[in-house]
Amino acid sequence: MIPELGHFALALAIAIAGAQAVIGIFGPTMNDNRALRAAPALAIGLFGTVGASFLCLVYAGIVSDFTVRNVAEYSDSTTPLLYRITGTWGNHDGSILLWCLILTLCGATVATFGRNLPSSLRARVLGIHGLVCGGFLLFTLTVSDPFARIWPPPMHGAGVNPILQDPGLAFHPPVLYTGYVGFSVAFAFAVAALIEGRVDAAWGRWVRPWTLVSWCFLTSGIALGSWWSYYTLGWGGYWFWDPVENVALLPWLTGTALLHSAIIVEKREAMKIWAVLLAIATFSLSLCGTFLVRSGLLNSVHAFAASPDQGYFILALLGLTIGGSLILFTFRAPVLSASGVFAPISREGALILNNIFLCVIAVVVFMGTLYPPFLDLLFGVQLSVGAPFFNQTAIPLTAPLILAMAVGPLLPWKRATLLPALQKLWIAAVVALIVAVIVDLRWNAVAALGLGGGAWVVLGAIIDIAERVRLFRIPLNHSISRLFTMPRAAIGAAMGHFGFGVTVLGIAGMTLAAHVVTVLQPGQSVQLGGYQWTLNDIHDAPGPNYAKRVADVTISSDGHKIMVLHPSRRFFTAQKITTSDAAIRTNGINDIYATFAGEQDGGGEFRFNEHPMAPEIWLGGLIMALGGGISLSDRRFRIGAPARKAAKRPASSIAAE
Amino acid sequence: MASVLTRRLLLATPLTIVVLGGLGFYALLGRMQTGSYDPHAFANPLVGKAPPAFSLPGTAGQQGFSSTDLAAAGKPILVNFFASWCIPCVQEAPMLDQLSKSGLVIWGIAYQDKSDATAKFLADNGNPFQRLASDLDGRTAINWGVYGVPESFLINTKGVIIWHYAGALNDDVVTSGLLPALKHAS
Repeated sequence: MIPELGHFALALAIAIAGAQAVIGIFGPTMNDNRALRAAPALAIGLFGTVGASFLCLVYAGIVSDFTVRNVAEYSDSTTPLLYRITGTWGNHDGSILLWCLILTLCGATVATFGRNLPSSLRARVLGIHGLVCGGFLLFTLTVSDPFARIWPPPMHGAGVNPILQDPGLAFHPPVLYTGYVGFSVAFAFAVAALIEGRVDAAWGRWVRPWTLVSWCFLTSGIALGSWWSYYTLGWGGYWFWDPVENVALLPWLTGTALLHSAIIVEKREAMKIWAVLLAIATFSLSLCGTFLVRSGLLNSVHAFAASPDQGYFILALLGLTIGGSLILFTFRAPVLSASGVFAPISREGALILNNIFLCVIAVVVFMGTLYPPFLDLLFGVQLSVGAPFFNQTAIPLTAPLILAMAVGPLLPWKRATLLPALQKLWIAAVVALIVAVIVDLRWNAVAALGLGGGAWVVLGAIIDIAERVRLFRIPLNHSISRLFTMPRAAIGAAMGHFGFGVTVLGIAGMTLAAHVVTVLQPGQSVQLGGYQWTLNDIHDAPGPNYAKRVADVTISSDGHKIMVLHPSRRFFTAQKITTSDAAIRTNGINDIYATFAGEQDGGGEFRFNEHPMAPEIWLGGLIMALGGGISLSDRRFRIGAPARKAAKRPASSIAAE
Repeated sequence: MASVLTRRLLLATPLTIVVLGGLGFYALLGRMQTGSYDPHAFANPLVGKAPPAFSLPGTAGQQGFSSTDLAAAGKPILVNFFASWCIPCVQEAPMLDQLSKSGLVIWGIAYQDKSDATAKFLADNGNPFQRLASDLDGRTAINWGVYGVPESFLINTKGVIIWHYAGALNDDVVTSGLLPALKHAS
């Protein structure tokens, strides 16, 4: 009964989405106030119905209703409650419903928080958003129905995929999807602006918070996924350039570019066409990622098993959404004209440089990911593009970005000279150089460049803030009070850059990782990274729906016991799958990492790793996302956008120094 | 300033790219259904051809080799890409040892691995390699189209790759793939 209600709610949602699309898009031209007011109400109603439908699916998961195929195939009564809930979106059909839920949530948020928007723009944005929602809901209902029943129902479910039975992965999809789907709002704004033929400073200011929210979630989502693969896959890798990772990285790259170019639109009314194109591209890449993963077109470890008609359906949906918006773009974009003029060396110039490099990296990653299928299609040649390609192309392209990142925020708008900015950064340059030289002499050049670059960005961000509060040039208490009164967007931006620098430090530090793969009998030990790793014992331990073999590994230095690690292997009885659970101990700047890879002749096969700076990779991601959050709390977003006319000249106090 | 026409054409490029991409995806989906496109196949385009030219130094105290050495050897050779840091390579080691003892000539290429790490790996897991080269920057592996370590290539007496496997060699792969291929190797 409950699954049928969910199914019905889903069907109802499509009707509401259709109404929202028609009323939203055509309402403004009818000049009827009721039509303009209806769009937000419908958007909230849409979220309500999809939410009800989603709750029905979760309920079926909680009570282990095995007549629902989705539950029978991906859950089991012995599965812990948390994973019975998260398991509902750990598979193809359920995850699409989650996708739709978040999509409609975004629409409802625009309806609720967008009261300051001109009502015709809000109606158009919601109309376009409704159209996208309708398309995906139709997809869910017709070819990817999560409420499908099976008869006769099995006694036991097949159980959740053991790899997914993990807190990190349980919450990774919702966070990542919010990032992906959140860009639908920026997309809807871009298309609405094309319809209205008007992009101005106010538009830039409205789009920015939505972009920022999605960007924060996408950053956290990617970091969470990377952290998950680091601690579960068992060999300490954190990024594999797997197609699925690449398609998540693509919207992040263009989204970051959008975040920066929206600043130019807002402050200087320039780069409008580019910002609109980026908004369309970012959401298109999010959709593309979904399509590529779900159609099984790319060779990936994450691939869902999908039927071909789903592939065609998503492709058609994609064609309508992306193609439609780009047709509009082709004909309407020439209407948008830039008014701000600026010199090549200026804040605008630096932001454009950022955009160019981010987009070039995005193009390289995109080409690398899609090269194998397209080469096969055109020339019948089969090959794979792996991590070496991406490392050798994307990393050198990041270097100029890193160099410019510290300088950009110190440049004034319109026209600038490099020298004063570089003079302010001399401490950062000296420290980065010292770090690089020491690391180069002690270890190697690659790590030296990375750690030096990371230090440069981190210190550059600190200097940016120090300059703004005029640290040491005015009394300290004045500096502190300036810190609290300065625009939060500036603090957020500096934190974003700081976080990125921390991630760079982590990635560079990881190139110095040391490891050993060895077979140990109880009592035997091995040396690694100045520690002695001794296997004490291997024993059994119970688990909720798995049996565990746990190894006790003592790590000591000069005979002093430092810690005991418990890497384990889990045997999932229902699925007959073994997973290994790495034991990681961190002190914040260094990870000690042990994996129990297998058992043989009473002994165990182990992989011991020492990962310098590893925690910084994800810490940096967290700082970036937090920076985005702080930026979001900026006064000009909180008090809402001013009326359109008043926004012609942005308040100069906010427009930086 | 660009003329209105060039400006319009420029703004139409995203649409053109998307249309072409969409048609490509449509064709790929069709091929996937008929089975002529399989993204999960680890086929290597070099099978049936001579390996690309390379010359690699030795490592872990052993002699390195080049593409000309492979062609001039005059006997079938199994070239195995591996690394001391790869767990499947440890699992594969007993099988390589067994093959080596049965008389197959195996030459190893240590992928992105330092000499002392390779030496330690061989000391722990046995050394089936008659020659051992070091591909420190991984460039040779890229040219060979190596997907990941371990990966093995069988080269016949004429110096042509006649068989390829991505992943750790096991009983199944050896009996159903390597041994039949070896029969045609000379």
